[in-house]
Amino acid sequence: MALLEIRHLHVGVEDREVLRGLDLNVNAGEVHAIMGPNGSGKSTLSHVIAGKPGYEITRGQILFRGENLLRMEPNERAAKGVFLAFQYPVEIPGVTTMNFLRAALNAQRKARGQQEFSTPEFLKRVRQVAGSLNIPQDMLKRGVNVGFSGGEKKRNEILQMALVEPSLCILDEIDSGLDIDALRIVASGINALRAPERAMIIITHYRRLLDHIVPDVVHVMSKGRIMKSGGKELALELEASGYAQFEHAA
Amino acid sequence: MVAVQETVERVKRIDVDQYRYGFETLIDSEKAPKGLSEEIVKFISQKKNEPAWMLQWRLEAYRRWLTMTEPTWARVDYPKIDFQDLYYYAAPKPKKTVTSLDEINPEILKTYEKLGIPLREVAMLEGVEPKPGEEDPARRKIAVDAVFDSVSVATTFKAELKKAGVIFMPISEAIREHPELVQKYLGSVVPTSDNFYATLNSAVFSDGSFVYVPPGVRCPMELSTYFRINERNTGQFERTLIIADKGSYVSYLEGCTAPQRDENQLHAAVVELVAHDDAEIKYSTVQNWYPGNSEGKGGIYNFVTKRGDCRGNRSKISWTQVETGSAITWKYPSCILRGDNSSGEFYSIAISNGFQQVDSGTKMIHLGKNTSSRIISKGIAAGKSQNTYRGLVTAHRKATGARNFTACDSLLIGDKCGAHTVPYIEAKNSSATFEHEATTSKISEDVLFYCIQRGLSQEEAVGLVVNGFVKQVLQKLPMEFAVEAQKLISISLDGSVG
Repeated sequence: MALLEIRHLHVGVEDREVLRGLDLNVNAGEVHAIMGPNGSGKSTLSHVIAGKPGYEITRGQILFRGENLLRMEPNERAAKGVFLAFQYPVEIPGVTTMNFLRAALNAQRKARGQQEFSTPEFLKRVRQVAGSLNIPQDMLKRGVNVGFSGGEKKRNEILQMALVEPSLCILDEIDSGLDIDALRIVASGINALRAPERAMIIITHYRRLLDHIVPDVVHVMSKGRIMKSGGKELALELEASGYAQFEHAA
Repeated sequence: MVAVQETVERVKRIDVDQYRYGFETLIDSEKAPKGLSEEIVKFISQKKNEPAWMLQWRLEAYRRWLTMTEPTWARVDYPKIDFQDLYYYAAPKPKKTVTSLDEINPEILKTYEKLGIPLREVAMLEGVEPKPGEEDPARRKIAVDAVFDSVSVATTFKAELKKAGVIFMPISEAIREHPELVQKYLGSVVPTSDNFYATLNSAVFSDGSFVYVPPGVRCPMELSTYFRINERNTGQFERTLIIADKGSYVSYLEGCTAPQRDENQLHAAVVELVAHDDAEIKYSTVQNWYPGNSEGKGGIYNFVTKRGDCRGNRSKISWTQVETGSAITWKYPSCILRGDNSSGEFYSIAISNGFQQVDSGTKMIHLGKNTSSRIISKGIAAGKSQNTYRGLVTAHRKATGARNFTACDSLLIGDKCGAHTVPYIEAKNSSATFEHEATTSKISEDVLFYCIQRGLSQEEAVGLVVNGFVKQVLQKLPMEFAVEAQKLISISLDGSVG
């Protein structure tokens, strides 16, 4: 059974159909890259998997370990192991990153019937992961993403991902707004989380990110559908010829 | 359904009738007949065995009140109050004079138990967590002067306070035992002619707390009073007077809950604070009176006059309030900065949900030289409530070097509520520096979704965002209160989302 199975998914936003019969299978241990031009429905796909309100699912289904994901609240999906690294992480003034991490982690553990972490256990884990991502301690004491640079926000997303240890990581344009050094740190953080029991979906415009995170499968998305799937060499091909050829394939 | 829409739906269904503290205590009470007249004022004074000067003071206030009209400038809307249809005095029937807690009517103690108010010898409020690496928190003592309806039924820690020279007692007792202090200070900050409700209070006030801290004394414990309105149709007219003599310090906590009611209950308290040279008074309030039901019926009308006088040089008065209850709130804890280099602070969290209406803020009146004031106000409006910040900052001609900083932030939950900011600023000399900042924001769908994607429920997400919003003010509360207040904020917003 695939970890994630999407069948004939049709999704509309305000009377406009954005996903038009999308199929996707992702197995545990695999890293999938989804590439495509602006407006092809990449971000919509990530939002719908995570359960963001405001989308109308008209047809199709999403199964996660065989369970109907679309029937679950977004926080239930999170507790089941679905994690979305946001393209534009929001700011939450007055809530320190440390408190936020703890609230999130413990909420998920509680939902899974696990014991909450004790304070020393939690602090130890955070310090460990933060260190590997070059996140200084004082960043953890600031409000969530408040006054963070683009790179800091993205590193904070990876920090959260590493702490909650999800089974499915969806990374929505994690490379946008990053310089080459920040990109390297973020990519190595992501690579460190690659594991046989974990799958990743990496959404990006650019091949650059895929030089650092080598995918098992590359999909080309256009007009709300996956037009072509292939190995990592498909990303190179795309860079050479552009997306135009796929837009007419359907 | 979109998260914010859903929030609004849920708010529509909000059932404030689940009010946690809605229960009545069955004890006999002795009350004056309905209505207000010179006879009733005399009745109250007589019930309390007051000296002639006190009765005179009340009667003058009463006569003045007859000539006054209710203020209408606040952004609150309520049916006309029939002042002749209220009871102005109710007291639990004392069986005998109480000397220890054991002698108090067990029904009353049970009420306090339900409220979670500790009356026992070491009163420590629940939920105090030790800081990492520290031993158990220093078990701070809190003296509780419990005001049950109108009469104080128990005062603890009296002995220890007495040793320090601190006077902490019901004001009715202070009138008899320390008439010189009461006569000197009562009405010296809020005169009997001050405003409609304060004048009414002066005529009929039932009881309240009196605190005097002698020169150079740091009050050895936090002083705390829990008010509770229990008698149907009883106007509550608390009167509190706190005096900090030269170089002294006192921190006073006031916490309130009231049982559920169909009729609206009027509450018009007066609090006067006096700080002499180098003295400091910290006054904290957590107010969660019955806000009314889901149709906006019932709930407390709260018309309060709270004012502090920084009478001495370098004196300091700080008001911190967390307001979550009442159907109508009309309240402006203020500071008169009379002494040179004196300072005043106002930290406020005002939460309104359902049909609540809040018109609250502060006045900072700079009279002395180099006086400074700071105002941090956080208003949160949910449901169909209206939340107004109204503030006045003024510098007298002679108040050279006066400084004020004001920050008013409003947070809206849903789209049927309103937040308003009405600042009045007057500087009569050119050396005054006044800064004013105001923001209004909504809890955005994106922020909620971000939190929920990380595993938090909708309520947890709102609670987290709101607590972040009010953090700056919560930090100003004494620790025990901060924990309570944080819980209260979550309870108050229960039902504003699923």
